[in-house]
Amino acid sequence: MAHSNSPKSIYKILFALPVVVGILAVVKLMHPAVAIVIAVLAVILAVLDLILLKTDTSKHDYLHAGAGLYSWLSTLDHKRIGILYFVTVMIFFLVGGIFAMLIRTELFSVGATIMTAEQYSRAMTYHGAVMVFMVIIPGIPAFLGNFFLPLQIGAKDVAFPRLNLLSWYCLLAGSAVAFSSLLYGGADTGWTFYTPYSVQLRPAVVLMISGAFIIGFSSILTGLNFVATTHKLRAPGMTMNRIPLFVWALYSTALLQVLATPVLAITLALLAMENIFQIGFFDPALGGDPVLFQHFFWFYSHPAVYIMILPAFGVVSELIAAFSRKTIFGYTAIAYSSVAIAAVSFFVWGHHMFVSGQSEIAGVVFSALTMLVGVPTAIKLFNWLATLYKSSINLASPMLFAMGFMFLFTIGGVTGIFLATTALDVHFHDTYFVVAHFHYVMVGGTLMAIVGGIYYWFPKMFNKMIHEGLGQISFFFIFVGFNVTFFPQFVLGAMGMPRRYFDYLPEYQHLNRVSSLGSYMIGFGFVVALIAVIEALRSNRLAGPNPWGAKTLEWTIQSPPIHDNFEKTPIVTAGPYEYR
Amino acid sequence: MWWLPAAVARDTFMPPAATEIASKVDDIYAFLLWGSLLSFIILIGGMIYFVWKYKRQTGSDKTAYITHNHTAEFLWSFIPFVVFMFAFAWGWIVYHEMRSFPDNALEVHVIGKKWDWRFLYKNGKEITTTFDSANKAQAPTMVVPLGRAVKLIMSSEKMNPKGDDPTDRPVLHSFFIPAFRVKQDVVPGRYTAIWFQADKLGEYQVFCTEFCGAQHYAMQAKVRVVSVADFEAWLSSEGNADLSLVDKGRALYASKACIGCHTLDGVRGVGPSFKGLFGKEEAMDDGKKIMVDENYLRESILDPQKTIVATYSKPSPMPPFAGQLSDDDLSAIIEFIKTVK
Repeated sequence: MAHSNSPKSIYKILFALPVVVGILAVVKLMHPAVAIVIAVLAVILAVLDLILLKTDTSKHDYLHAGAGLYSWLSTLDHKRIGILYFVTVMIFFLVGGIFAMLIRTELFSVGATIMTAEQYSRAMTYHGAVMVFMVIIPGIPAFLGNFFLPLQIGAKDVAFPRLNLLSWYCLLAGSAVAFSSLLYGGADTGWTFYTPYSVQLRPAVVLMISGAFIIGFSSILTGLNFVATTHKLRAPGMTMNRIPLFVWALYSTALLQVLATPVLAITLALLAMENIFQIGFFDPALGGDPVLFQHFFWFYSHPAVYIMILPAFGVVSELIAAFSRKTIFGYTAIAYSSVAIAAVSFFVWGHHMFVSGQSEIAGVVFSALTMLVGVPTAIKLFNWLATLYKSSINLASPMLFAMGFMFLFTIGGVTGIFLATTALDVHFHDTYFVVAHFHYVMVGGTLMAIVGGIYYWFPKMFNKMIHEGLGQISFFFIFVGFNVTFFPQFVLGAMGMPRRYFDYLPEYQHLNRVSSLGSYMIGFGFVVALIAVIEALRSNRLAGPNPWGAKTLEWTIQSPPIHDNFEKTPIVTAGPYEYR
Repeated sequence: MWWLPAAVARDTFMPPAATEIASKVDDIYAFLLWGSLLSFIILIGGMIYFVWKYKRQTGSDKTAYITHNHTAEFLWSFIPFVVFMFAFAWGWIVYHEMRSFPDNALEVHVIGKKWDWRFLYKNGKEITTTFDSANKAQAPTMVVPLGRAVKLIMSSEKMNPKGDDPTDRPVLHSFFIPAFRVKQDVVPGRYTAIWFQADKLGEYQVFCTEFCGAQHYAMQAKVRVVSVADFEAWLSSEGNADLSLVDKGRALYASKACIGCHTLDGVRGVGPSFKGLFGKEEAMDDGKKIMVDENYLRESILDPQKTIVATYSKPSPMPPFAGQLSDDDLSAIIEFIKTVK
């Protein structure tokens, strides 16, 4: 397929690299951690090379605007950077998912089965850190957001294209540094890095937090870009009351990214200094305060929870409007509730610390403020429900994911109220109830929205339709498997099973087995989703500009879009969901 | 749907409640379970109904153009708000009970380390992990009397309290008794506390719930609730009651020369007399009031310069005892000071 004068394809060499380093690692000529880092990077480049070297410069769209791997690695086009994120995040998701499978397999039976306690604490640390910092946080904003924010507001690109590319390199560099911690035995603190355990001379932890620190800049740069783009690059007539709800969600997220992430960066810097130079910030043995770290950490990491979920709200608003072919109910309410959630999220961090030793009055204030977050969240759910009323619903696979999102997020939301209630949280804190709750919100919410969003926008990105049957099969396994995996964990948590346990009491075995079996269903569902994407790329089912009959601006242009997005700048005269 | 009321009982999935507070927690739990079920039925039932009812018929279906409805929006904002505030207030009331310590509670010291719990009674009785003849570890079992409030004063120590390995430092743990619905982090460098009053005989599981390293999962213990008579008999008979904590503290008071500056009869020396000191409210230079509790005593012994009462000279002439006293010695001195009334 490669055009005659395009650079030579190197994907075969790149695909061979993981095999070579794998063999070197097995015969002990190379450290396994180095092998993993090289293999991951090689696969990222190889997949890019494979998809993208099919360059035919006679076509006029962004995929063909430049030829060769270098044109991708040096691109300033927000759409191409979105695709770079797509590939990267997918591969990190695979890595994090493998750790998840290892954890569930270990927990299938009482006693040690496939690993030691030391390996288990590393598996759970890497599962958490990879999924949070490398998958869910960049997942929607940097991939779908990068691609569609400029398209939805009628812009040629984001405000700072070079920063945009730099943000991708920050993610890549940070991830490489984070994975290099495997060279030093691996970090074993959990993704929360609680002190003083994490500051007691642990080089692997220093590398892991340095990685998270660098990745943080990726998040900040993306946020900066989105704030500036939303304010300055809207097409004529695209007032703030006409921007699609996905943009509102990304905008609220971007504010959080810009304001909260620096706090994490400072905290991680202090943590690194304490680890390296033994300066007492957080370890009482050095004169520090371990609870102070928890305040700092959650001051970022609670808003980060909304960095993860707000974009998903945006995707779901788009899906529901498009597939019910109806104007969204309560546009202003949904838009402003995103901003409200973002604002209140800065004042609820203490609800992670009800039993940490903070004062009773602090616990009570944080409990009340946390309850307030529930209100805009409930408003969103009711608005989506009201949008379905008297609509025309096409239950295609993206919409299935949106409905699945509502189902899972409702469960995740109501269990959040259990945890916000101080007296109940004392029992549930650090048990599997919390694990189940945040997986329902993060995975049930964000990942459902990512997959739904990929299926919805895939025709725009590549002008190919996802095979509907494969889409539905993947939904079935991900949705059912998800409930089978995580619902029993609510029960385990109520029974008292603590999280981060390598082994458990015999009475917990039955439900743990159910949960582990469910996790294999989820794994299978994601494999089907991956097959659906690859099958669609290779298929001849052309999508055309607007296969779903949606009304937002990205559907008015050709698929795939041209390099400059719009032939001429669109003039906007109506809101985004004018289905009359 | 007939199974629903049965499935949502007061203590569905929870371990049997063994304290009054645990039952109160279960009441809130039941309220929220019912509330959740109801909101789930409204939201997801409504969603499924609409998906079925408004399934797309033709490619050119007309849909209603509804942008907002003030009444509906007010209701679905205000009703959740009221319910959430109700849950918050109810949670606060029970939480306040959990955090209000009864005056006459039996006090037991709980010491966590990687990866073991240890219980220290005031009469010097110490409960640690033991090993049976098959070399299998037997989790330490704290024995407490039925129907009497028990306060746990908890601290964290290093793996080898007598060693001087710089990498061996105390870490966070958390003490969790599911049947009592209580949990509290054990924080290095200070005391934290919880209390409970068991009203059912039996043996209950204790977990560590703050990740503390690879063997975190193995850091378990038991609480055995026995009758008051059995408890008194157990406390005085079995094991190693060599020196009570107070006696040990009194001996340290003499041997560490506390006696030079701190009297026991209420006469002010270079430092405050220990008589009536515990539980007293003292004012700092800036007018801030603090309560003399276990944590203030701990800080003042280890680092006397840190927080000095307004009427005493600054800097304090007292030498710092950090590194001079073991954690157990420190607890013994504090227990001694608490008895000088």
